[in-house]
Amino acid sequence: MTTHHDIDYGTPARRSEDLVTLEIDGMPVSVPAGTSLMRAAAEAGVMVPKLCATDSLEPFGSCRLCLVEIEGRKGFPASCTTPVAKGMVVHTQTDRLQELRRGVMELYISDHPLDCLTCSANGDCELQTQAGVVGLREVRYGFKGANHLESEKDESNPYFSYDPSKCIVCNRCVRACEETQGTFALTISGRGFESRVSPGQDEPFMQSECVSCGACVQACPTATLQEKTVIERGQPEHSVITTCAYCGVGCSFKAEMKGNEVVRMTPWKDGGANEGHSCVKGRFAWGYATHKDRITKPMIRAKITDPWREVSWDEAINHAASEFRRLQAQYGRDSIGGITSSRCTNEETYLVQKLVRAAFGNNNVDTCARVCHSPTGYGLGQSYGTSAGTQTFKSVEHTDVVMVIGANPTDAHPVFASRMKRRLREGARLIVVDPRAIDLVDSPHVKADFHLALRPGTNVAMVSALAHVIVTEGLVDEAYVAERCDPTSYAQWREFVSRPDNSPEALEAELGVPAEQVRGAARLYATGGNAAIYYGLGVTEHAQGSTTVMGIANLAMCTGNVGREGVGVNPLRGQNNVQGSCDMGSFPHEFPGYRHVSDSTVRASFEAAWGVELQAEPGLRIPNMFEASLAGSFKGLYCQGEDIVQSDPNTQHVSAALEAMECIVVQDIFLNETAKYAHVFLPGSSFLEKDGTFTNAERRISLVRQVMPPLAGFADWEATCKLANALGYPMNYAHPREIMDEIALLTPTFSGVSFAKIEAMGSVQWPCNDDAPDGTPIMHVDHFVRGKGRFLPTQYVPSTEKVTRKFPLLLTTGRILSQYNVGAQTRRTPNNQWHSEDVLEIHAHDAEERGIRDGDWVGIESRAGDTVLRARISERMQPGVVYTTFHFPESGANVITTDNSDWATNCPEYKVTAVQVARVLQPSTWQREYQRFNEQQEELLNHGR
Amino acid sequence: MDAENLVKMANQIGEFFAAFPDRAEALDGIAGHIRKFWAPRMREQLLAFVDASGAAAGLSPIVSEALSVHRQRFEERAA
Repeated sequence: MTTHHDIDYGTPARRSEDLVTLEIDGMPVSVPAGTSLMRAAAEAGVMVPKLCATDSLEPFGSCRLCLVEIEGRKGFPASCTTPVAKGMVVHTQTDRLQELRRGVMELYISDHPLDCLTCSANGDCELQTQAGVVGLREVRYGFKGANHLESEKDESNPYFSYDPSKCIVCNRCVRACEETQGTFALTISGRGFESRVSPGQDEPFMQSECVSCGACVQACPTATLQEKTVIERGQPEHSVITTCAYCGVGCSFKAEMKGNEVVRMTPWKDGGANEGHSCVKGRFAWGYATHKDRITKPMIRAKITDPWREVSWDEAINHAASEFRRLQAQYGRDSIGGITSSRCTNEETYLVQKLVRAAFGNNNVDTCARVCHSPTGYGLGQSYGTSAGTQTFKSVEHTDVVMVIGANPTDAHPVFASRMKRRLREGARLIVVDPRAIDLVDSPHVKADFHLALRPGTNVAMVSALAHVIVTEGLVDEAYVAERCDPTSYAQWREFVSRPDNSPEALEAELGVPAEQVRGAARLYATGGNAAIYYGLGVTEHAQGSTTVMGIANLAMCTGNVGREGVGVNPLRGQNNVQGSCDMGSFPHEFPGYRHVSDSTVRASFEAAWGVELQAEPGLRIPNMFEASLAGSFKGLYCQGEDIVQSDPNTQHVSAALEAMECIVVQDIFLNETAKYAHVFLPGSSFLEKDGTFTNAERRISLVRQVMPPLAGFADWEATCKLANALGYPMNYAHPREIMDEIALLTPTFSGVSFAKIEAMGSVQWPCNDDAPDGTPIMHVDHFVRGKGRFLPTQYVPSTEKVTRKFPLLLTTGRILSQYNVGAQTRRTPNNQWHSEDVLEIHAHDAEERGIRDGDWVGIESRAGDTVLRARISERMQPGVVYTTFHFPESGANVITTDNSDWATNCPEYKVTAVQVARVLQPSTWQREYQRFNEQQEELLNHGR
Repeated sequence: MDAENLVKMANQIGEFFAAFPDRAEALDGIAGHIRKFWAPRMREQLLAFVDASGAAAGLSPIVSEALSVHRQRFEERAA
């Protein structure tokens, strides 16, 4: 078993082309200018004792343990705060230094519990280690003086404990909260002897602004801030590097283990996406993997009103295969299909689409990216020639102007948000385009230069207005456009956006944003230096989602902001493997690598490899499957790792469509909402139980490594193979690496990818092939993938979802930090302590008009349906706009959302629903029916287990 | 499939391509998009509904024109 011990160099690496050579303990050392003596020594293999220094934080110089001697200089400078200089001669180990360090350590230990043997950090305590290093043998001051040994613990946080008696006031936690996370929730309260770490205004952690990212726990050198799982289970004995299964940031973690039991997940400092940082979900909310609700036995039933019956894997698989073949014989080859999941690995999604195309013999395969970022795939494909973001996350370190459109990174992509906030604190300017006042608009040491609080549904008008200003005020980077872009489309677009009806003044009433603010933001974006756009589902989940994506691509091209560090167009992907599931050919019209099924050359390559004839016509997208089901031509579905009943819009429409099918096979780790309509349940495996890869929003492919055996006996990819074989289509792999080898063989942008390469490099960003053997961090560097960048017109078409007297408010939906999408994972963790129910955020004016007080139950009615939530009066909202999350099934947030969808991709228009809100006293009719149905389904489950 | 919904989807596609200054390019774009992304049963049903309903089908003029000019692309089905 391997244990990954990170080397802590004490201070961060410095970047400089100037190398400085000095001598440390008789050894010549060359390091970049600006490097600390501590780091220079560590790079030469000399570890200077330290307590307040760690290489994720800027040096602080408080503990006085890292003192060194420098020839020709007086005194004993701290090596962490002293930069190297040419010709320096440094001594880190002398008798005098030894004496000083021992004296410092003696003072620390005089006010520290001597309970090492029973301490939770025993074996992983820097204070203990350094006491040993400096040779502390006695504490002359005794332990009877004033001390903090009786200080009360703060156990309020569900994941970590704060024990002030063990605090050495090194400030690492405070600095981590500031520098790494950017929340500024911690401080040192009191002075001198009274100094102690304090969340907020001396509040318990859970009552403070702390977001439980774990950076303070990670930084703590003692047991002061300690994971409760370590307190309960003891120190881990081995660790495995893997990739988080939550959002599209794709953080690398060390799963620290005791046998097959996870003790803790700690962010891996060498992870390219997160570089040692984490959020509350990835760091702490992994307990769902062994939750009692996990279903670990296959089950079948004839009707959804029948009890489930536990059966063997063979029986379940054979039953599913037989049902699928029966349906095809009865209703035709195209009467069944499959849905892949962005929560599953690349290899698993690849296999599901392969099963649909090769074993079902049709192209009725889609993925949950349909309902989130499918417009990104279409829009960027049209403009630039490839369906992916252009940058690395690290690129933001070179950005001068950040524009965030329809994204809420601090909640939905928190680890990237921390990177972004760090750059903003360094002075980068910020434009936020969002109907809500998201955290980024005004948070500690970050304030947006412009918050364009537009009306929901007017994104296209906004990007056209921004473009209008750039073009008509002569801010276009004409040289870049002339060299890199298609001149005909540019001329047409230029004429289009220059029209007076695209001016901010003409669109002011529609947008609800003062024209001068739009002009100011456009000028800043075009002239502020390196400008980067980050966007999310607030862009894509609209009737004109694809048009906005193309409008964003236009803005970046016309200002020359594509193809280098610090710029670009960056879709923030919602789930861990949205990018990967799209790359793997999950869409019904294209094979892996975004190649249309009608391309006979591409199709022939897959037919040769898979040994079957493949269809050349596109299949059904998810909403089309529902329509076809209701029309009687779609009868069976294989749904892996996706909960369409809770996550897709117009819940009643979705459930009716599922009820109209004859065989639904759900593969999941829990009996999710979709499984309640299923006839076959195949128990899934969590990310801890299988090998594979995830591809994050940077196109970064990272390994997911198995740390425990699958609870149900098989990983998801193995279950898909079994189903294919039972259908008569041979599918046999010994390990997911063989699946990736097949993907590489058939997909030009992946031809250089292999598990061995990812293992060697840590991660790799596609395209990775002969032209880019080490991958491609930045896209479109010399030219766009499609050749010349294409400008496309962005005619604003108002949503058909209009406000009326009956439905006078616009509802928009989103996520919150502590919960994740449908909540299947996070609802089964203590994250519920932060967010235990979905609430309706409403502006005080709208609330007052309706007699609504904070905490009241309110009915929300749309043209699609109605539900009841608790109201929260919120300053984030603008009048006329309300907001909720969709993490709890009983909330019925998607009972209200409509069937409207993006014109190009059918991505639902979640972000614009006209509603009325009123005080009510009881749950909605749908909620009461849901409660009845849910209880019935749980009974049917319990009956069969 | 709900024919009225197919008409609505087709009209949405038409609204995007209507902004193209070159009419032929716009018509080609509409037909190409539907050919590329709609399953055959969706195209067939749209055609059947429009043929049966005529102007009452509710297709926008530009989509009607695209369907008329490029009807073969709506009808054809790859082998």
